[in-house]
Amino acid sequence: MSIWEYANPKKFMQTSAVVLPFVAGLAGLCLLVGLVWGFFLTPDDYKQGSTVKIIYLHVPAAMMAINAWVMMLVTSLIWLVRRHHVSALAAKAAAPVGLTFTVIALVTGAIWGQPMWGTWWAWDPRLTSFLILTLFYLGYIALWAAIEDPDTAADLTAVLCLVGSVFALLSRYAVLFWNQGLHQGASLSMDKKENVADVFWLPLLVCIAGFVLLFVALVLVRTRTEIRARRLSALLARERLA
Amino acid sequence: MLALLTRDLRLAFRAGGGFGLGLAFFLLVAVLVPLGVGPEGAVLARIAPGILWVGALLACLLSLDRLFALDVEDGSLDLLATAPMPLEVVVALKALAHWLVTGLPLTLAAPVLGLLLFLPEAGYPWLVAALALGTPALSVIGAFGAALTVGVKRGGLLLSLLVLPLYVPTLIFGAEAVKRGAAALDGTTPLVLMAGITLGAVALLPFAAAAAIRINLR
Repeated sequence: MSIWEYANPKKFMQTSAVVLPFVAGLAGLCLLVGLVWGFFLTPDDYKQGSTVKIIYLHVPAAMMAINAWVMMLVTSLIWLVRRHHVSALAAKAAAPVGLTFTVIALVTGAIWGQPMWGTWWAWDPRLTSFLILTLFYLGYIALWAAIEDPDTAADLTAVLCLVGSVFALLSRYAVLFWNQGLHQGASLSMDKKENVADVFWLPLLVCIAGFVLLFVALVLVRTRTEIRARRLSALLARERLA
Repeated sequence: MLALLTRDLRLAFRAGGGFGLGLAFFLLVAVLVPLGVGPEGAVLARIAPGILWVGALLACLLSLDRLFALDVEDGSLDLLATAPMPLEVVVALKALAHWLVTGLPLTLAAPVLGLLLFLPEAGYPWLVAALALGTPALSVIGAFGAALTVGVKRGGLLLSLLVLPLYVPTLIFGAEAVKRGAAALDGTTPLVLMAGITLGAVALLPFAAAAAIRINLR
């Protein structure tokens, strides 16, 4: 029993069909609990008022936007090294989801920034690197869409993902060159005793769990769709030959 | 190797469109910006480093889709791929040829355009140094992008979508170096960081580009 068994599309389809309802249900539950708890059952911040509550969307979305790219990087590497089609399709499936999370993070940030910073947008390092991340997602998705042959597309996008990761990281540190920016430091880290007051912290954790599960569920659905589409085109090709 | 380089250069010079075009585009950007922004010297002087860098970047982008496209059309890329010379070297030479016909003239022309944009005097050495060190990265990164989109018909727009995000670090450090130089500050730090990016790109990206071409020729 090794993890590579799931690289077999059939095995993947069987397992994911079983897993998917649980993941999706759990994601919905976590999001429901986390968001209701966060939005209605926590006190307002003494300085930020009720705007602080956008943290329950903003922080998890931003985390998953980056993690989605990392997941694409890992699956692209697996595709390049081991040639498992499911891996390449999972990377393809994750890209639009990651893009959506990036946009959610940018938009919620703008909505929060307007009353708090007095501006929708600032050329702050974090904001700028997220905008650049958006461009990377767009390029990646566009390259997938532009190339007809599926294997060629998988190879080229995997190479782009590897190179893009390096440059995205470089950009992240290059924008730090301007200034330290408006954005506050990380509100979550393992090495601090208390990050955010516990009243905000616990529902935030639930929301993060919800977003992670949501991401997994969406990627599973989309990967299954891709596999079905691949099977369908194989069937059509065989029919045309017959 | 030399034969390939001279062939590419000769094609760029004689086939028309390639050589002067980027330079003319660069000139146009530098002329259009004052027309749009207004002729006040103080404003222009402030934005000159950024404008010159963005102009150089776009001018570079302009000729990228021709880098491999013509060779694919007439089949010479297949020959080059099967030639005893490693494909990585072919890519590096093509990027070098691209730099010689775009990056180098841009670097040399930039001071003149800096004059048009009232770039402060202290900025000129930094401008030339930053462009000289940064434009090779633009060519190599562009070669990688062109290699990715070699199989795509009319891939010019896709190419710019892929390549422009990759240009971000070079642009930030390059423009920052010139900006600091123009303000009579020391721009060594961004300059050195940018040179590092250039060296890394020149050393590693030909491999990625060659891999992309092999995939495309499969």
